[in-house]
Amino acid sequence: MSSNSSNSVPCGMTTVGAKMLVALTGMALILFVIAHMLGNLQVFLPGDELNQYAHKLKSMGPLLWVARIGLLSVFVCHVGLTIALTRRNAKARGALSSNEIQIRATGERYVNGYSYETATTASRFMIHTGIVIFLFVIYHLLHFTISPDHPPVAGDELIDVKAMVIEGFSHSIVAGVYIIAQLALAAHIYHGAASALQTLGLRTDSTKPGVSKAGILLAAIIGIGNISIPICVLTDIIS
Amino acid sequence: MKLDAKIPEGPIQDKWANHKMAMKLVNPANKRKYKVIIIGSGLAGASAAATMGELGYNVDCFCFQDSPRRAHSIAAQGGINAAKNYPGDGDSIYRLFYDTVKGGDFRSREANVYRLAEISNQIIDHCVAQGVPFAREYGGLLANRSFGGAQVSRTFYARGQTGQQLLIGAYQALSRQIAAGTVQMHTRSEMLDVVVDDNTAKGVIVRNLVTGQIESHAADAVVLATGGYGNVFYLSTNAMGCNVTAAYRAYKKGAGFANPCYTQIHPTCIPVSGEHQSKLTLMSESLRNDGRVWVPKELGDKRKPDEIPENERDYYLERKYPSFGNLAPRDIASRSAKEVCDEGRGVGNTGLGVYLDFRDAISRLGEDTISARYGNLFDMYERITAENPYQNPMRIYPAVHYTMGGLWVDYNLMSTIQGLYVIGEANFSDHGANRLGASALMQGLADGYFVLPQTIADYLASLGSDHQRTPIEDQAFVDAEEAVKSQVNTLLNINGRRTVDSFHKELGRIMWENCGMSRTKSGLETAIEEIPRLRQEFWNDVKVNGTADNLNMSLEKAGRVADFLEFGELMCRDALAREESAGGHFRAEHQTSEGEALRNDDDFCHAAVWEYTADDEAPVRHREELDFENIKLATRSYK
Amino acid sequence: MATYKVKIWRQSGPNANGHMERHIVKGIDGDMSFLEMLDHLNEDLEEQGKEPVAFDHDCREGICGACSLVINGQAHGPETTTTCQLHMRSFEEHNVSEIDIEPFRATAFPIIKDCVVDRSGFDRVIQSGGFVSVNTGNAPDANANAIPKPEADTAFDAAACIGCGACVAACKNASAMLFVSAKVSHLAHLPQGDAERRERVHSMVNTMDKEGFGSCTNYGECEAACPKSISTDNIATLNREFIRSKVGPTT
Repeated sequence: MSSNSSNSVPCGMTTVGAKMLVALTGMALILFVIAHMLGNLQVFLPGDELNQYAHKLKSMGPLLWVARIGLLSVFVCHVGLTIALTRRNAKARGALSSNEIQIRATGERYVNGYSYETATTASRFMIHTGIVIFLFVIYHLLHFTISPDHPPVAGDELIDVKAMVIEGFSHSIVAGVYIIAQLALAAHIYHGAASALQTLGLRTDSTKPGVSKAGILLAAIIGIGNISIPICVLTDIIS
Repeated sequence: MKLDAKIPEGPIQDKWANHKMAMKLVNPANKRKYKVIIIGSGLAGASAAATMGELGYNVDCFCFQDSPRRAHSIAAQGGINAAKNYPGDGDSIYRLFYDTVKGGDFRSREANVYRLAEISNQIIDHCVAQGVPFAREYGGLLANRSFGGAQVSRTFYARGQTGQQLLIGAYQALSRQIAAGTVQMHTRSEMLDVVVDDNTAKGVIVRNLVTGQIESHAADAVVLATGGYGNVFYLSTNAMGCNVTAAYRAYKKGAGFANPCYTQIHPTCIPVSGEHQSKLTLMSESLRNDGRVWVPKELGDKRKPDEIPENERDYYLERKYPSFGNLAPRDIASRSAKEVCDEGRGVGNTGLGVYLDFRDAISRLGEDTISARYGNLFDMYERITAENPYQNPMRIYPAVHYTMGGLWVDYNLMSTIQGLYVIGEANFSDHGANRLGASALMQGLADGYFVLPQTIADYLASLGSDHQRTPIEDQAFVDAEEAVKSQVNTLLNINGRRTVDSFHKELGRIMWENCGMSRTKSGLETAIEEIPRLRQEFWNDVKVNGTADNLNMSLEKAGRVADFLEFGELMCRDALAREESAGGHFRAEHQTSEGEALRNDDDFCHAAVWEYTADDEAPVRHREELDFENIKLATRSYK
Repeated sequence: MATYKVKIWRQSGPNANGHMERHIVKGIDGDMSFLEMLDHLNEDLEEQGKEPVAFDHDCREGICGACSLVINGQAHGPETTTTCQLHMRSFEEHNVSEIDIEPFRATAFPIIKDCVVDRSGFDRVIQSGGFVSVNTGNAPDANANAIPKPEADTAFDAAACIGCGACVAACKNASAMLFVSAKVSHLAHLPQGDAERRERVHSMVNTMDKEGFGSCTNYGECEAACPKSISTDNIATLNREFIRSKVGPTT
């Protein structure tokens, strides 16, 4: 049962160490998501606050790039380690032999299977919600950050972010994609936040009640906060 | 057969210290040159293997389970005695010694028992240092309780899982030595013979239970730590795999077997529920502290317990033993239960059970208190029987639990074969005719941690500097290996009609009826006729399926049952020859007018040691006379 | 007396192909234990001259940890107990008449035969550090060190693990974290375990990885399947011990 290169964790880490990095990067990403959401929620303010905020960010210059590279490495670390661990876990569980696949095809209920008793749906689909978020991030960057088709703002090189958001979400398909992605993100955070605290050993007798609530609370805040924007655009509350 | 107990000279409290000084030592640099084989990984085996490894010997340890952590010591519930006197209630090494000798009905060797009591304190110190989580008081110091009717609180415990925690402690120490390379562990391996040449142990023949390979292993000394033989009764509280094979094969190679008839029957077990029953479950006898034992006064009274009014109940232990009442010792409580059931007053579907009623305790102390004291036992009872013991009285019945008899050993724990040591329940040494509660764990660990590693050095050192281990190519190994292979093949080729289990069950019935709680001359004689007949049928008509070259659990069982079929007869012979009642051996012919056990110190104040002669010949009975220099022989009384 | 349709995993050896074998088992009383039902099946098979189903079992009172069956998809079956302490009435009461029986599967628990698996990986994890390095001999007096009762109780709760492997069988990742953390936590809560706590957690986690067990994704299935209700709190303890071993002060 000794390890081979394909089922070990990158950089000679132990699974426990790797999980801790996943937890830490996950927490950093949650902080980013919260900050990002707070910025975006300025769309609800009557004036030009969102645009000013966007312009301020843009004007940070090299600092912005430092932040972008930092964020990217956290993201890559989180995703990369998770993929490595997931593959390793599948190996540990044991791949179905061709014989077992045949047996299962004949309708056997449990061959090499297991029934869940307590695992939440969110926890069971972490890798799936993760993939959805990953794809969404790519789409999101293409859509709002990199895409050249921003509506120009008169007399300036800067763009009207608020108009862009409203314009984007007025397409129901675009809004739908965002809503689905935010639901996946909420589910991911629901398990991920509590799980990260456990992985970092922060769940103790005294913090226990808080830990289980932390996941629900964060998921609810981020989910509701982010989804409220496309919903409000679609229902013309923001225009 | 020469029986020299080699008891050291001097006053009893100095014997062990003097002996340790007198024994030869093995030079540290030479220790690794000696190979010691240890069979079994329970409390005695694991602790011995770990300690021998720490000392630097080259140890090979074998167990039939898949891990040394699963040996049956793990199932011990109650606790472990030690003469620490932490509660300050007047305990001392001498008192523990005295209680153990008296509890054993004056059929044990004084010097060994004293040493056991002396070592008891070191065991607790060592186990605590290992991280065994004994129960503690709020002040953080160790808790003690009184156990099995003892008048002092000297029992250390870890909830109801003392055996588990002590075994895991020994297993961890063993694991450390396995990692260090001093102990090589062989799991799923069963010893099928000991190789003896010139009455000296040379090694063992082992079957690898996964591959079926028959292997020879040579050593400078062999240690058997293979537990008891309670499974000769088929139903007992022993684990399914417990067996007499290693001890019995050693007996057939020349080791004397001492007092095989001494069997402890534990009074508080869950009764048999039907033919399908595969094993019995013990519940800690602490239940008798608050439960009252009764049966209906009327024969065949089939009413529900709560419909039977107080004046129609017979609290027979309280009636017969007013001062000890429900806390009468194990053998007395067991025999009384059998008597009332034999009269036809037993309860439950089978009529083999008596009530253990907590109604009065619950009304006096409240359900919460009872639940705090016995909750886990009540849950276990309910899980097995589907009856709620808070509402209905428990049903209990005695079951075979521990065997005091075993291979004869001298003060050094060496059997009558040179270099073959026997430790733990497998030997006969310390409990006499009856073992006190919480003493089994103490003895297993005393032997393994503190006695054997010292005494074995004396033997190894005496082998001399030119000593050469007998190689496994030697004829003695070749012959023994051949014999084992031939038995395996014979078993597989009989191809008869009856399963192994059916023979085991039938043997169990014969043993339980004739050599169980109460024995008679005629019953034992019947058994001595019936067992050879059954044995013959076994060798003509047993059906063992499968092959010898892989995991074959029927084959394993067949070998064990084959040995039980011979050993059962030896037990009956021993019980027949011992014309007295003592501890776990009750002969109906030898009782007082009030039905109490009647010892015969004039003729039987000795250990009976059986020597094997040939398959179809009666074994020879030898005696080791027991001298009681420190404790006066007295009659036990629990009235 | 009830009749059950039993399907049970048969595999003649470690490298052979296995299959589910169907049997009708009749005459089963609710008071029979699950393993007695299998004894009954095996007696039938033996009488027909067929090889009985191999399964691990020994004490049959829920403490040795030998028994190890996945019953209808659940390690040790539908109740919080070991396979040997599961009784047939638990199927009778819920009108379950079809029972699927499989070994505790995991890559780190290779099948030896039928429902018997090799759990020696657990032993190797303990060998790598699950002990206190104290030689038999002159330990200090047992009461030299007072241990607060709550700490002792927590240590005991962790030490109650029977090493059966249900946690691995129940985990989608076949992770051994509950088992490993139970030992780390047992010794971490006692002063006796203090001196080696850094190396212990490190070495045990490394061995766990090397044996091919998966990582923990905090599903909690292990705790639900554990017959001794070992808590996942121990996993948090292991994680703390792990961090401490990396960044904590050297003592």
